[in-house]
Amino acid sequence: MNDLLETGVEEAGISFVLNGRPVRHVVPVRRNLVDFLRHDLGLTAAHVGCEVGVCGACNVRVDGAVVRGCLMLAVQVDGLAVDTIEGMNDSGEIAGLQRAFVACNALQCGYCTPGMLMTACELLRQNACPSRGEIRDAISGNYCRCTGYQSIVDAVALAAQGGQP
Amino acid sequence: MKAPAFQYARPASVDDACALLAQHGGDARILAGGQSMFATLNLRLSAPSLLVDINRIPALQGITADAEPGLVRIGALVRHAETAASSVVAREVPLVAMAMHHVAHPAVRNRGTTCGSLALADPSAEMPACAIALDATLVLQSRDGGMRRVAAADYFQGLYETARRDDELLVEVLFPSRRPGEVFGFDELSRRHGDFALVGVALRARIDAGVIRDLRLTTFATDPMPVVSGAAARIAEGERWSPALGEAIAAAAVRELEPDTNHAGGPEVKRLQAATMMRRVLAATFGRGAAHD
Repeated sequence: MNDLLETGVEEAGISFVLNGRPVRHVVPVRRNLVDFLRHDLGLTAAHVGCEVGVCGACNVRVDGAVVRGCLMLAVQVDGLAVDTIEGMNDSGEIAGLQRAFVACNALQCGYCTPGMLMTACELLRQNACPSRGEIRDAISGNYCRCTGYQSIVDAVALAAQGGQP
Repeated sequence: MKAPAFQYARPASVDDACALLAQHGGDARILAGGQSMFATLNLRLSAPSLLVDINRIPALQGITADAEPGLVRIGALVRHAETAASSVVAREVPLVAMAMHHVAHPAVRNRGTTCGSLALADPSAEMPACAIALDATLVLQSRDGGMRRVAAADYFQGLYETARRDDELLVEVLFPSRRPGEVFGFDELSRRHGDFALVGVALRARIDAGVIRDLRLTTFATDPMPVVSGAAARIAEGERWSPALGEAIAAAAVRELEPDTNHAGGPEVKRLQAATMMRRVLAATFGRGAAHD
Protein backbone atom coordinates (compact mmCIF):
# COMPACT_ATOMS: atom_id res chain seq x y z
CA MET A 1 0.00 0.00 0.00
CA ASN A 2 1.14 3.49 -0.77
CA ASP A 3 2.35 5.06 2.50
CA LEU A 4 1.07 8.45 1.39
CA LEU A 5 -2.46 7.08 1.67
CA GLU A 6 -1.91 6.96 5.43
CA THR A 7 -1.75 10.74 5.61
CA GLY A 8 -3.70 12.12 2.67
CA VAL A 9 -3.25 12.49 -1.09
CA GLU A 10 -5.06 14.15 -3.99
CA GLU A 11 -4.02 11.52 -6.53
CA ALA A 12 -3.16 7.86 -6.11
CA GLY A 13 -1.89 4.89 -8.09
CA ILE A 14 -4.32 1.98 -7.96
CA SER A 15 -4.20 -1.60 -9.19
CA PHE A 16 -7.23 -3.81 -9.35
CA VAL A 17 -8.81 -6.62 -11.37
CA LEU A 18 -11.29 -5.39 -13.99
CA ASN A 19 -13.45 -8.02 -15.64
CA GLY A 20 -10.82 -10.62 -14.82
CA ARG A 21 -7.80 -8.66 -16.03
CA PRO A 22 -5.30 -6.69 -13.90
CA VAL A 23 -5.35 -2.92 -14.39
CA ARG A 24 -3.08 -0.15 -13.07
CA HIS A 25 -3.97 3.50 -13.20
CA VAL A 26 -3.34 6.82 -11.52
CA VAL A 27 -6.54 8.56 -10.43
CA PRO A 28 -7.49 11.84 -8.77
CA VAL A 29 -9.03 10.73 -5.47
CA ARG A 30 -12.20 12.75 -6.06
CA ARG A 31 -12.94 10.73 -9.22
CA ASN A 32 -15.93 8.47 -8.64
CA LEU A 33 -15.89 4.90 -9.86
CA VAL A 34 -18.42 5.21 -12.66
CA ASP A 35 -16.73 8.28 -14.17
CA PHE A 36 -13.40 6.47 -13.96
CA LEU A 37 -14.80 3.43 -15.78
CA ARG A 38 -16.48 5.53 -18.46
CA HIS A 39 -14.05 8.36 -19.10
CA ASP A 40 -10.67 6.88 -18.22
CA LEU A 41 -11.21 3.25 -19.26
CA GLY A 42 -13.89 3.66 -21.95
CA LEU A 43 -16.32 1.19 -20.39
CA THR A 44 -19.59 2.99 -21.01
CA ALA A 45 -22.17 0.35 -20.07
CA ALA A 46 -22.56 1.70 -16.54
CA HIS A 47 -24.45 4.97 -16.92
CA VAL A 48 -24.47 8.17 -14.91
CA GLY A 49 -27.98 9.09 -13.89
CA CYS A 50 -28.68 10.92 -10.66
CA GLU A 51 -25.22 10.95 -9.00
CA VAL A 52 -26.87 10.67 -5.59
CA GLY A 53 -27.49 6.93 -5.45
CA VAL A 54 -31.21 6.68 -6.14
CA CYS A 55 -31.44 5.64 -9.81
CA GLY A 56 -29.18 2.58 -10.09
CA ALA A 57 -27.99 3.29 -13.65
CA CYS A 58 -24.37 3.26 -12.43
CA ASN A 59 -24.49 -0.14 -10.69
CA VAL A 60 -21.27 -2.14 -10.98
CA ARG A 61 -19.98 -5.14 -9.07
CA VAL A 62 -17.12 -4.73 -6.61
CA ASP A 63 -15.70 -7.86 -4.97
CA GLY A 64 -18.83 -9.76 -5.91
CA ALA A 65 -21.41 -7.27 -4.58
CA VAL A 66 -23.38 -4.78 -6.66
CA VAL A 67 -22.69 -1.18 -5.62
CA ARG A 68 -23.47 2.32 -6.85
CA GLY A 69 -20.63 3.50 -9.07
CA CYS A 70 -21.49 7.11 -8.24
CA LEU A 71 -21.23 6.53 -4.47
CA MET A 72 -17.75 5.07 -4.44
CA LEU A 73 -14.38 6.50 -5.36
CA ALA A 74 -12.16 4.91 -7.98
CA VAL A 75 -9.30 4.95 -5.46
CA GLN A 76 -11.38 2.70 -3.21
CA VAL A 77 -11.22 -0.26 -5.62
CA ASP A 78 -7.44 -0.49 -5.19
CA GLY A 79 -6.73 -4.19 -4.62
CA LEU A 80 -10.32 -5.27 -5.31
CA ALA A 81 -12.15 -6.90 -8.25
CA VAL A 82 -14.56 -4.89 -10.40
CA ASP A 83 -17.02 -6.39 -12.86
CA THR A 84 -18.98 -4.36 -15.38
CA ILE A 85 -21.71 -5.35 -17.82
CA GLU A 86 -19.06 -5.52 -20.57
CA GLY A 87 -17.24 -8.27 -18.69
CA MET A 88 -20.41 -10.08 -17.69
CA ASN A 89 -21.55 -9.96 -21.32
CA ASP A 90 -18.25 -11.38 -22.57
CA SER A 91 -18.22 -14.16 -19.98
CA GLY A 92 -21.80 -15.17 -20.79
CA GLU A 93 -22.84 -14.73 -17.17
CA ILE A 94 -25.88 -12.64 -18.07
CA ALA A 95 -26.74 -14.29 -21.40
CA GLY A 96 -30.00 -15.75 -20.11
CA LEU A 97 -31.09 -12.42 -18.65
CA GLN A 98 -30.20 -10.62 -21.87
CA ARG A 99 -32.28 -13.03 -23.96
CA ALA A 100 -35.19 -12.68 -21.56
CA PHE A 101 -34.98 -8.86 -21.62
CA VAL A 102 -35.17 -8.91 -25.43
CA ALA A 103 -37.95 -11.50 -25.48
CA CYS A 104 -40.10 -9.57 -23.02
CA ASN A 105 -39.41 -6.13 -24.49
CA ALA A 106 -37.94 -5.18 -21.12
CA LEU A 107 -35.73 -2.47 -22.59
CA GLN A 108 -36.72 0.56 -24.58
CA CYS A 109 -34.25 3.43 -24.43
CA GLY A 110 -31.78 1.11 -22.69
CA TYR A 111 -30.40 3.69 -20.32
CA CYS A 112 -31.30 1.76 -17.19
CA THR A 113 -30.72 -1.68 -18.68
CA PRO A 114 -27.10 -2.30 -17.55
CA GLY A 115 -28.00 -1.37 -13.98
CA MET A 116 -31.13 -3.53 -14.14
CA LEU A 117 -29.08 -6.49 -15.42
CA MET A 118 -26.59 -6.01 -12.57
CA THR A 119 -29.35 -5.99 -10.00
CA ALA A 120 -31.23 -8.90 -11.58
CA CYS A 121 -28.08 -10.98 -11.85
CA GLU A 122 -27.30 -10.50 -8.16
CA LEU A 123 -30.90 -11.34 -7.24
CA LEU A 124 -30.83 -14.60 -9.20
CA ARG A 125 -27.48 -15.57 -7.66
CA GLN A 126 -28.98 -15.16 -4.18
CA ASN A 127 -32.44 -16.45 -4.97
CA ALA A 128 -32.71 -18.73 -8.00
CA CYS A 129 -36.50 -18.70 -8.00
CA PRO A 130 -37.76 -15.31 -6.80
CA SER A 131 -41.44 -14.41 -6.63
CA ARG A 132 -42.66 -11.40 -8.60
CA GLY A 133 -42.82 -9.52 -5.31
CA GLU A 134 -39.20 -10.35 -4.57
CA ILE A 135 -38.21 -9.24 -8.08
CA ARG A 136 -40.02 -5.93 -7.58
CA ASP A 137 -38.33 -5.52 -4.23
CA ALA A 138 -34.89 -6.15 -5.74
CA ILE A 139 -35.31 -3.70 -8.63
CA SER A 140 -36.88 -1.02 -6.43
CA GLY A 141 -33.50 0.71 -6.41
CA ASN A 142 -33.37 1.03 -10.20
CA TYR A 143 -35.32 3.70 -12.06
CA CYS A 144 -36.78 2.91 -15.47
CA ARG A 145 -38.59 5.71 -17.30
CA CYS A 146 -39.88 3.72 -20.31
CA THR A 147 -41.18 0.27 -19.54
CA GLY A 148 -43.30 0.75 -16.43
CA TYR A 149 -41.33 -2.13 -14.89
CA GLN A 150 -43.93 -4.77 -15.76
CA SER A 151 -41.91 -6.19 -18.64
CA ILE A 152 -38.71 -6.09 -16.60
CA VAL A 153 -40.35 -8.17 -13.90
CA ASP A 154 -41.55 -10.53 -16.65
CA ALA A 155 -38.01 -10.80 -18.01
CA VAL A 156 -36.37 -11.54 -14.68
CA ALA A 157 -39.05 -14.13 -13.92
CA LEU A 158 -38.49 -15.71 -17.34
CA ALA A 159 -34.73 -15.81 -16.83
CA ALA A 160 -35.25 -17.40 -13.42
CA GLN A 161 -37.22 -20.20 -15.05
CA GLY A 162 -34.15 -20.87 -17.14
CA GLY A 163 -36.29 -19.39 -19.73
CA GLN A 164 -36.06 -19.61 -23.39
CA PRO A 165 -38.80 -17.40 -24.78
CA MET B 1 -22.47 17.42 -10.17
CA LYS B 2 -19.09 16.15 -9.10
CA ALA B 3 -17.53 16.09 -5.67
CA PRO B 4 -15.33 19.05 -4.78
CA ALA B 5 -11.61 18.46 -4.33
CA PHE B 6 -10.46 16.83 -1.11
CA GLN B 7 -7.57 14.79 0.20
CA TYR B 8 -7.95 11.09 0.81
CA ALA B 9 -6.29 8.98 3.47
CA ARG B 10 -6.58 5.27 4.06
CA PRO B 11 -5.19 4.51 7.52
CA ALA B 12 -4.46 0.89 8.45
CA SER B 13 -5.48 1.06 12.10
CA VAL B 14 -8.00 2.73 14.38
CA ASP B 15 -5.13 4.57 16.08
CA ASP B 16 -3.95 6.00 12.77
CA ALA B 17 -7.49 7.05 11.86
CA CYS B 18 -7.95 8.74 15.23
CA ALA B 19 -4.62 10.55 14.84
CA LEU B 20 -5.85 12.01 11.55
CA LEU B 21 -9.13 13.07 13.14
CA ALA B 22 -7.26 14.70 16.01
CA GLN B 23 -5.07 16.56 13.53
CA HIS B 24 -7.76 17.72 11.10
CA GLY B 25 -10.75 18.07 13.41
CA GLY B 26 -14.01 19.10 11.80
CA ASP B 27 -12.41 19.47 8.35
CA ALA B 28 -12.12 15.68 8.08
CA ARG B 29 -14.92 13.20 7.42
CA ILE B 30 -14.87 9.49 8.12
CA LEU B 31 -15.60 7.35 5.07
CA ALA B 32 -17.09 3.92 5.77
CA GLY B 33 -19.91 3.10 3.34
CA GLY B 34 -20.18 6.65 2.06
CA GLN B 35 -23.71 6.10 0.73
CA SER B 36 -25.02 9.33 2.23
CA MET B 37 -21.76 11.23 2.23
CA PHE B 38 -21.05 10.91 -1.50
CA ALA B 39 -24.54 12.13 -2.29
CA THR B 40 -23.87 15.28 -0.23
CA LEU B 41 -20.43 15.70 -1.84
CA ASN B 42 -21.87 15.31 -5.34
CA LEU B 43 -24.52 17.91 -4.53
CA ARG B 44 -21.82 20.17 -3.06
CA LEU B 45 -23.68 20.26 0.23
CA SER B 46 -20.48 19.43 2.07
CA ALA B 47 -16.82 20.11 1.37
CA PRO B 48 -14.48 18.34 3.78
CA SER B 49 -10.76 18.83 3.23
CA LEU B 50 -9.91 15.20 4.05
CA LEU B 51 -11.74 11.88 3.78
CA VAL B 52 -10.47 9.29 6.24
CA ASP B 53 -11.33 5.94 4.62
CA ILE B 54 -11.59 3.33 7.38
CA ASN B 55 -12.46 0.48 5.01
CA ARG B 56 -9.08 -1.27 5.38
CA ILE B 57 -9.11 -1.51 9.19
CA PRO B 58 -9.76 -5.17 10.08
CA ALA B 59 -10.58 -4.44 13.74
CA LEU B 60 -13.78 -2.69 12.65
CA GLN B 61 -15.23 -5.80 10.98
CA GLY B 62 -17.62 -8.30 12.40
CA ILE B 63 -20.84 -9.09 14.22
CA THR B 64 -20.24 -10.81 17.56
CA ALA B 65 -22.85 -12.45 19.77
CA ASP B 66 -22.12 -12.07 23.48
CA ALA B 67 -19.26 -9.65 22.78
CA GLU B 68 -19.95 -8.91 26.42
CA PRO B 69 -22.60 -10.82 28.34
CA GLY B 70 -25.96 -10.02 26.80
CA LEU B 71 -24.61 -7.66 24.15
CA VAL B 72 -24.26 -8.07 20.37
CA ARG B 73 -21.44 -6.05 18.82
CA ILE B 74 -21.72 -4.66 15.29
CA GLY B 75 -18.42 -3.20 14.11
CA ALA B 76 -18.12 0.04 12.18
CA LEU B 77 -17.46 -1.71 8.86
CA VAL B 78 -20.39 -4.11 8.94
CA ARG B 79 -22.50 -3.43 5.84
CA HIS B 80 -26.28 -3.24 6.06
CA ALA B 81 -26.40 -6.37 3.87
CA GLU B 82 -24.28 -8.28 6.38
CA THR B 83 -26.45 -7.13 9.27
CA ALA B 84 -29.58 -8.09 7.31
CA ALA B 85 -28.23 -11.59 6.57
CA SER B 86 -26.82 -12.23 10.03
CA SER B 87 -28.33 -15.15 11.95
CA VAL B 88 -26.96 -13.60 15.16
CA VAL B 89 -28.86 -10.37 14.50
CA ALA B 90 -32.02 -12.26 13.52
CA ARG B 91 -31.92 -14.27 16.76
CA GLU B 92 -30.58 -11.72 19.25
CA VAL B 93 -31.65 -8.33 17.85
CA PRO B 94 -34.88 -9.02 15.95
CA LEU B 95 -35.90 -5.36 15.79
CA VAL B 96 -32.80 -4.52 13.74
CA ALA B 97 -33.46 -7.50 11.48
CA MET B 98 -37.04 -6.29 10.92
CA ALA B 99 -35.90 -2.73 10.20
CA MET B 100 -33.18 -3.85 7.77
CA HIS B 101 -35.81 -4.80 5.23
CA HIS B 102 -36.62 -1.09 4.92
CA VAL B 103 -33.05 0.21 4.70
CA ALA B 104 -32.40 1.51 1.18
CA HIS B 105 -31.98 -0.75 -1.86
CA PRO B 106 -29.76 -3.81 -2.38
CA ALA B 107 -26.82 -1.97 -3.99
CA VAL B 108 -26.83 0.63 -1.22
CA ARG B 109 -27.16 -2.02 1.51
CA ASN B 110 -24.13 -3.78 0.01
CA ARG B 111 -21.97 -0.76 0.73
CA GLY B 112 -23.64 1.33 3.44
CA THR B 113 -22.82 0.45 7.04
CA THR B 114 -25.06 0.02 10.04
CA CYS B 115 -22.77 2.16 12.22
CA GLY B 116 -22.51 4.78 9.48
CA SER B 117 -26.25 5.28 9.68
CA LEU B 118 -25.90 5.82 13.43
CA ALA B 119 -22.99 8.20 12.91
CA LEU B 120 -24.92 10.31 10.42
CA ALA B 121 -28.09 10.49 12.55
CA ASP B 122 -30.46 11.17 9.68
CA PRO B 123 -33.89 11.61 11.27
CA SER B 124 -35.52 9.54 8.50
CA ALA B 125 -33.16 6.58 8.89
CA GLU B 126 -34.08 3.32 10.59
CA MET B 127 -31.01 2.51 12.67
CA PRO B 128 -31.10 5.53 15.01
CA ALA B 129 -34.70 4.68 15.93
CA CYS B 130 -33.75 1.05 16.60
CA ALA B 131 -30.76 2.09 18.70
CA ILE B 132 -32.97 4.34 20.83
CA ALA B 133 -35.80 1.81 21.12
CA LEU B 134 -33.34 -0.89 22.24
CA ASP B 135 -31.12 1.26 24.50
CA ALA B 136 -28.04 0.49 22.43
CA THR B 137 -24.59 1.71 23.44
CA LEU B 138 -22.31 3.52 20.99
CA VAL B 139 -18.56 3.10 21.45
CA LEU B 140 -16.40 6.07 20.46
CA GLN B 141 -12.62 6.05 20.24
CA SER B 142 -10.19 8.93 20.05
CA ARG B 143 -6.42 9.38 19.91
CA ASP B 144 -4.21 7.40 22.28
CA GLY B 145 -6.79 4.67 22.74
CA GLY B 146 -9.29 6.85 24.54
CA MET B 147 -12.64 5.08 24.58
CA ARG B 148 -16.01 6.14 25.83
CA ARG B 149 -19.44 4.65 25.75
CA VAL B 150 -22.54 6.70 25.11
CA ALA B 151 -26.11 5.47 25.54
CA ALA B 152 -28.22 5.95 22.40
CA ALA B 153 -30.59 8.21 24.34
CA ASP B 154 -27.67 10.59 24.97
CA TYR B 155 -25.91 10.08 21.64
CA PHE B 156 -28.62 11.53 19.38
CA GLN B 157 -28.91 15.23 20.04
CA GLY B 158 -30.77 16.73 17.07
CA LEU B 159 -30.90 16.99 13.31
CA TYR B 160 -27.69 15.21 12.19
CA GLU B 161 -26.27 16.09 15.59
CA THR B 162 -24.70 13.53 17.87
CA ALA B 163 -22.49 13.37 20.97
CA ARG B 164 -19.54 12.31 18.80
CA ARG B 165 -16.71 14.84 18.89
CA ASP B 166 -14.82 15.69 15.70
CA ASP B 167 -11.78 13.74 16.96
CA GLU B 168 -13.76 10.58 17.68
CA LEU B 169 -14.46 7.49 15.59
CA LEU B 170 -17.60 5.42 16.15
CA VAL B 171 -15.96 1.98 16.32
CA GLU B 172 -18.95 -0.21 17.18
CA VAL B 173 -22.47 -0.35 18.47
CA LEU B 174 -23.60 -2.73 21.21
CA PHE B 175 -27.21 -3.91 21.08
CA PRO B 176 -28.74 -5.73 24.07
CA SER B 177 -29.67 -9.32 23.23
CA ARG B 178 -33.33 -10.20 23.27
CA ARG B 179 -34.54 -10.95 26.78
CA PRO B 180 -37.30 -13.40 27.73
CA GLY B 181 -40.77 -12.06 26.97
CA GLU B 182 -39.55 -9.20 24.76
CA VAL B 183 -41.52 -8.34 21.64
CA PHE B 184 -40.66 -5.97 18.81
CA GLY B 185 -42.41 -4.11 16.03
CA PHE B 186 -41.29 -2.05 13.07
CA ASP B 187 -42.90 -0.47 10.03
CA GLU B 188 -42.54 2.66 7.96
CA LEU B 189 -44.29 4.62 5.27
CA SER B 190 -42.24 5.61 2.22
CA ARG B 191 -42.97 6.73 -1.32
CA ARG B 192 -40.99 3.85 -2.82
CA HIS B 193 -39.95 0.77 -0.84
CA GLY B 194 -36.39 1.40 0.37
CA ASP B 195 -36.59 5.17 0.21
CA PHE B 196 -36.26 7.25 3.34
CA ALA B 197 -39.27 7.05 5.63
CA LEU B 198 -42.00 9.70 5.63
CA VAL B 199 -42.82 8.32 9.05
CA GLY B 200 -41.64 5.19 10.84
CA VAL B 201 -42.28 3.37 14.09
CA ALA B 202 -39.97 1.04 16.04
CA LEU B 203 -41.07 -0.48 19.30
CA ARG B 204 -39.85 -2.76 22.01
CA ALA B 205 -41.84 -4.06 24.97
CA ARG B 206 -42.22 -7.06 27.27
CA ILE B 207 -45.23 -9.29 27.65
CA ASP B 208 -45.43 -10.52 31.24
CA ALA B 209 -48.30 -12.83 32.20
CA GLY B 210 -50.36 -11.42 29.35
CA VAL B 211 -49.85 -7.74 30.13
CA ILE B 212 -47.65 -5.15 28.46
CA ARG B 213 -44.57 -3.87 30.31
CA ASP B 214 -41.86 -1.31 29.49
CA LEU B 215 -43.24 -0.14 26.14
CA ARG B 216 -40.75 1.94 24.17
CA LEU B 217 -42.74 3.30 21.25
CA THR B 218 -40.28 5.20 19.04
CA THR B 219 -41.39 7.35 16.11
CA PHE B 220 -38.95 8.65 13.53
CA ALA B 221 -38.85 10.87 10.45
CA THR B 222 -41.36 13.31 11.93
CA ASP B 223 -39.04 15.23 14.26
CA PRO B 224 -35.33 16.15 14.14
CA MET B 225 -34.57 12.90 15.99
CA PRO B 226 -36.51 9.79 17.00
CA VAL B 227 -39.10 10.40 19.73
CA VAL B 228 -39.83 7.87 22.50
CA SER B 229 -43.33 8.35 23.83
CA GLY B 230 -43.57 8.66 27.60
CA ALA B 231 -47.36 8.80 27.41
CA ALA B 232 -47.48 5.55 25.44
CA ALA B 233 -45.42 3.79 28.09
CA ARG B 234 -47.66 5.06 30.92
CA ILE B 235 -50.90 4.13 29.18
CA ALA B 236 -49.72 0.64 28.19
CA GLU B 237 -48.01 -0.36 31.44
CA GLY B 238 -49.72 -3.38 32.99
CA GLU B 239 -52.54 -3.44 30.43
CA ARG B 240 -53.77 -6.28 28.27
CA TRP B 241 -53.84 -5.66 24.54
CA SER B 242 -57.00 -4.47 22.86
CA PRO B 243 -57.57 -2.38 19.74
CA ALA B 244 -59.03 0.31 22.03
CA LEU B 245 -55.75 0.39 23.97
CA GLY B 246 -53.91 0.80 20.66
CA GLU B 247 -56.14 3.74 19.77
CA ALA B 248 -55.48 5.37 23.14
CA ILE B 249 -51.71 4.84 22.91
CA ALA B 250 -51.51 6.22 19.36
CA ALA B 251 -53.69 9.23 20.20
CA ALA B 252 -51.49 10.13 23.17
CA ALA B 253 -48.16 9.40 21.50
CA VAL B 254 -48.91 11.47 18.44
CA ARG B 255 -49.43 14.55 20.63
CA GLU B 256 -45.79 14.31 21.72
CA LEU B 257 -44.58 14.77 18.13
CA GLU B 258 -43.66 18.16 16.73
CA PRO B 259 -43.50 17.53 12.98
CA ASP B 260 -41.99 20.13 10.71
CA THR B 261 -43.46 21.11 7.40
CA ASN B 262 -41.44 19.82 4.47
CA HIS B 263 -41.92 18.48 0.93
CA ALA B 264 -43.94 15.56 2.32
CA GLY B 265 -46.56 17.68 4.01
CA GLY B 266 -47.48 19.65 7.09
CA PRO B 267 -47.87 18.67 10.75
CA GLU B 268 -51.47 17.46 10.42
CA VAL B 269 -50.59 15.09 7.60
CA LYS B 270 -47.62 13.72 9.49
CA ARG B 271 -49.56 13.25 12.73
CA LEU B 272 -52.23 11.36 10.81
CA GLN B 273 -49.61 9.17 9.15
CA ALA B 274 -47.79 8.62 12.45
CA ALA B 275 -50.97 7.61 14.29
CA THR B 276 -51.84 5.16 11.52
CA MET B 277 -48.36 3.60 11.60
CA MET B 278 -48.45 3.39 15.40
CA ARG B 279 -51.81 1.59 15.40
CA ARG B 280 -50.53 -0.81 12.73
CA VAL B 281 -47.30 -1.62 14.53
CA LEU B 282 -48.99 -1.94 17.93
CA ALA B 283 -51.62 -4.31 16.50
CA ALA B 284 -49.02 -6.38 14.63
CA THR B 285 -46.86 -6.65 17.73
CA PHE B 286 -49.43 -7.26 20.46
CA GLY B 287 -52.48 -8.47 18.54
CA ARG B 288 -51.08 -11.89 17.80
CA GLY B 289 -49.63 -12.32 21.29
CA ALA B 290 -52.96 -11.42 22.87
CA ALA B 291 -54.70 -14.05 20.79
CA HIS B 292 -52.54 -16.73 22.41
CA ASP B 293 -53.16 -15.62 26.00
